[in-house]
Amino acid sequence: MMNLLEVANLKIWDRSTGKVIVSNSSFQVKQGSCLAIVGESGSGKSVTCRAVMRLNQAGLLESGDILFNGENLTRLSEKEMRKRRGKNLCLIMQNGMRAFDPSCVVGVHLKETLAAHFGWSSGEITAKMKHAMESVMLKNPIELMNKYPHQLSGGMLQRVMIALAIVLEPDIMIADEPTTALDTISQYEVIAQFIRLRERMGCSMIFISHDLGVVRKIADEVLVMKDGEIVESGTTQAIFSAAEHEYTRYLVSTKLALNQHFKRIMGGVHVDPR
Amino acid sequence: MGNFIINRLLFSVPLLLTISFFSFILINLSPMNPAEVVLQAQGVPVITDELIAETNTKLGLDQPFLIRYIHWFLACMQLDFGISYVTGQPVWSLLGPAFLNTFKLTFVSVIAIIALSIGLGVICALREGKRLDKSVRGVSFFLTSMPSYWLAALLVWYFSVHLDLLPTSGMDSYQSYVLPVTVITINYAGIYFRIVRSSMLSNLNEDYVLYGKACGLSEKIITLHILRNSLQVAVSVFCLAIPTIFGSTVVVENLFAWPGLGTLSVKSILSRDFPIIQAYVLILAAAFVLFNIASDILNAAMNPKLRTGL
Repeated sequence: MMNLLEVANLKIWDRSTGKVIVSNSSFQVKQGSCLAIVGESGSGKSVTCRAVMRLNQAGLLESGDILFNGENLTRLSEKEMRKRRGKNLCLIMQNGMRAFDPSCVVGVHLKETLAAHFGWSSGEITAKMKHAMESVMLKNPIELMNKYPHQLSGGMLQRVMIALAIVLEPDIMIADEPTTALDTISQYEVIAQFIRLRERMGCSMIFISHDLGVVRKIADEVLVMKDGEIVESGTTQAIFSAAEHEYTRYLVSTKLALNQHFKRIMGGVHVDPR
Repeated sequence: MGNFIINRLLFSVPLLLTISFFSFILINLSPMNPAEVVLQAQGVPVITDELIAETNTKLGLDQPFLIRYIHWFLACMQLDFGISYVTGQPVWSLLGPAFLNTFKLTFVSVIAIIALSIGLGVICALREGKRLDKSVRGVSFFLTSMPSYWLAALLVWYFSVHLDLLPTSGMDSYQSYVLPVTVITINYAGIYFRIVRSSMLSNLNEDYVLYGKACGLSEKIITLHILRNSLQVAVSVFCLAIPTIFGSTVVVENLFAWPGLGTLSVKSILSRDFPIIQAYVLILAAAFVLFNIASDILNAAMNPKLRTGL
């Protein structure tokens, strides 16, 4: 299988303090596969993904190569890079409630994005978004597009972002802890949409999470990060059954312990040990 | 939205009543006997107790406090603020033109302040930490730390006396506006552009900006979104700035001999012309309340969260 994204020797550090955030990361995402990046908060997961999209703050410097479809993203002009954001590389944010301009109805962002990439008319955009939103189980899409972000729930906004991604048809989707800010039921729905999305569109995905249950369900390969370094990488099955690194084993065992604890307090009620 | 506006307007009625009542009390606490002021102004050589009693009756000052307040308030509602103790003219005939002159000065200044604050605030926020940002902030800090009378004196010395370009005082042509407006603008824009700047900066780090960039939106569209959200803070500040400037033109007006409310109020305070002072306080208070409501309405129009909350 061809590599869609190849990150080589990525280093990210803070310009003013000189603190290294990601020391030397190299990884690949194969065409159509899903790579999960797991690790605790502050391990450099989000920064790595933003570096791929060249969206880190100006205070963060980076070196290394990011090859996307054979093209080195680090050498592109800002204008060329902007054309690829959204269209080729699509980001799904962690907190849907804060991802949309609070002063505009949700539809404004959708229209601006799609008009920027495809130059469609307002009517075309509404029709395409309506279809996509219905496919992620959002009812009354037209009404939703005329609502302000604070009038919708986090889960709904997350699905609006997924619907936008469906219309954009990116080559790779980067989801930055998309379920962390959600309650369990919304989490389940959003994850279901991600799995369907991958089945339907076959696009590659980078899935950042610290929820190993979710990772096990969705990912083909897993990358474990700790303190800005990749400590382990491999197929999902290998990581969960025979982790080599101590930290990974620790993560997996805590997950198992939590599951058992959960089962015990549920008193033998059958639960899905995701 | 309609309900919201009506609500706010109705709420202002008790507020204005309270303010008028307190301003009336404060003036009445003054140790000076108003009748004496009137007689002195008329040039009566010997002020006897009979004369004072007679004047009190004539002005209705012998009536109980509450009755006097009600009479005064009802008259004010019809824009009749009484008669000046000193000149004997109706207060409104003195206050009206002065009000208009101050309004003109404030209006021009506020437009200059808003334009300058937003312009500088946006530029500085977009160039945060760069040389331009630092120098603008440095210069503005220097200028705003100067007292306005000192700045005014410097400007008059240089532009009016040294270069002979602009009039030193008065209100004769549009040229008369330049110096007073410059002084007021420098005083306020130096502070308000910082509010715009910091509000822009805090918005720059919001998630919606990151998501907008991640979706490939252009710099221009994103900046407009940031501006829209940042200005919500600035709008309330600007709305409250209008009455503040309106009331604080005193210094500038006296320096430039601007025939406005500031000059009139200082003159009235010095000559203890109570009806004028009372009316001045009431008008300023009303201006504060009205512009506060205006800022609430504007904010509600810009911020959907406020609109549904009320």
